[in-house]
Amino acid sequence: MPSLAEASNWVVPLLFLLIPLSGYCRGVKVYEAFVRGAEEGFGTAVRIIPFLVGMMVAIAVFRASGAMDLLSEFLKPVLVPLGMPAEVLPLAIMRPLSGGGALGVAAETISRYGPDSFLGRLASVMQGSTDTTFYVVTIYFGSVGITRYRYAVALGLTADIVGLLAALFICRCLFQI
Amino acid sequence: MNRGVVNIIWLALLTGGVGVAAWSGRTEVVNKAALDAARSAVTLALELIGVMALWLGLLRIAEEAGLVGLVARLVRPFVRFLFPSVPAGHPALGAIIMNLSASFLGLGNAATPFGLRAMQELQKLNPRPEEASEAMCTFLALNTSCITLIPTTIIGLRAAAGSANPTEIIVPTVLATSCATAAAIVADQFLRRHYRNR
Repeated sequence: MPSLAEASNWVVPLLFLLIPLSGYCRGVKVYEAFVRGAEEGFGTAVRIIPFLVGMMVAIAVFRASGAMDLLSEFLKPVLVPLGMPAEVLPLAIMRPLSGGGALGVAAETISRYGPDSFLGRLASVMQGSTDTTFYVVTIYFGSVGITRYRYAVALGLTADIVGLLAALFICRCLFQI
Repeated sequence: MNRGVVNIIWLALLTGGVGVAAWSGRTEVVNKAALDAARSAVTLALELIGVMALWLGLLRIAEEAGLVGLVARLVRPFVRFLFPSVPAGHPALGAIIMNLSASFLGLGNAATPFGLRAMQELQKLNPRPEEASEAMCTFLALNTSCITLIPTTIIGLRAAAGSANPTEIIVPTVLATSCATAAAIVADQFLRRHYRNR
């Protein structure tokens, strides 16, 4: 299904065309609005440095020591039938728990195996396909003082697991192995 | 809860790594790996700045042009269907719609205030204020599985790592999140009935 991957190439040019054009037509000072938004890019990138350092160091130590190989050997009976490479397991575990943490793990996987490798693409799609359930639950329920979550966590985790498995399946179809 | 589990995983990665290294006599590998990773984390973040600035700039134009409102009009019927317990015209619906529309466009910073507002409004409709209402559970499920049109950070990371085509993951990502959203909606209907009958 190469055409689906090609469709991705059209999304960005279309956005580059439609967003500024519709902004201009609606009377937005497009260049000035762009610059104001772009300023936030610096802050965002700097803010994630501590998460990246913490997680990338931990994963690098875990991998370089050979502990990752031991773990994937141990989990082979579970992962092989699913078709999930052991290399993305830390990301799958981290994704629902911590947004910054998962970003660090994804960054490590992408730079380690290359962004255009199967693992790099899979890590990208997995990172983009769900949000951090525990963060959302903690912040949103915490803000109104709810202490009994009932089935919210189970529901969020169900969505996460389906999202991760869907990412795996779609990547295998689109990007082969 | 959140903070606890992450701490344990982080600790397990470090102690597990150092433990295996010590056992197999490869401690010098750990030194090098740790220092290299720390350095490349910062390099990566610095290279991320350009791409993030580009996207956040474009998204700001979209925001000021009222594109969030446009998306909101498209999802309104859908949201009404998913929140039967919220009366039509209640401010909670508006906040939910704005939150989902902003997340859809990848405007994380804009989405959070709408999300908190939606929770406050839903809390006013909640008969038991300590306990999550059905509408709140639905809202959270949609929120954590929400379709995102432009995963800005991950595109930036891929570009920083030298990808030949950083945006090729957009369509697969949208497909995967659609599956997650569909699963959230189905599981919500199921769990809601299950908990009512208990």
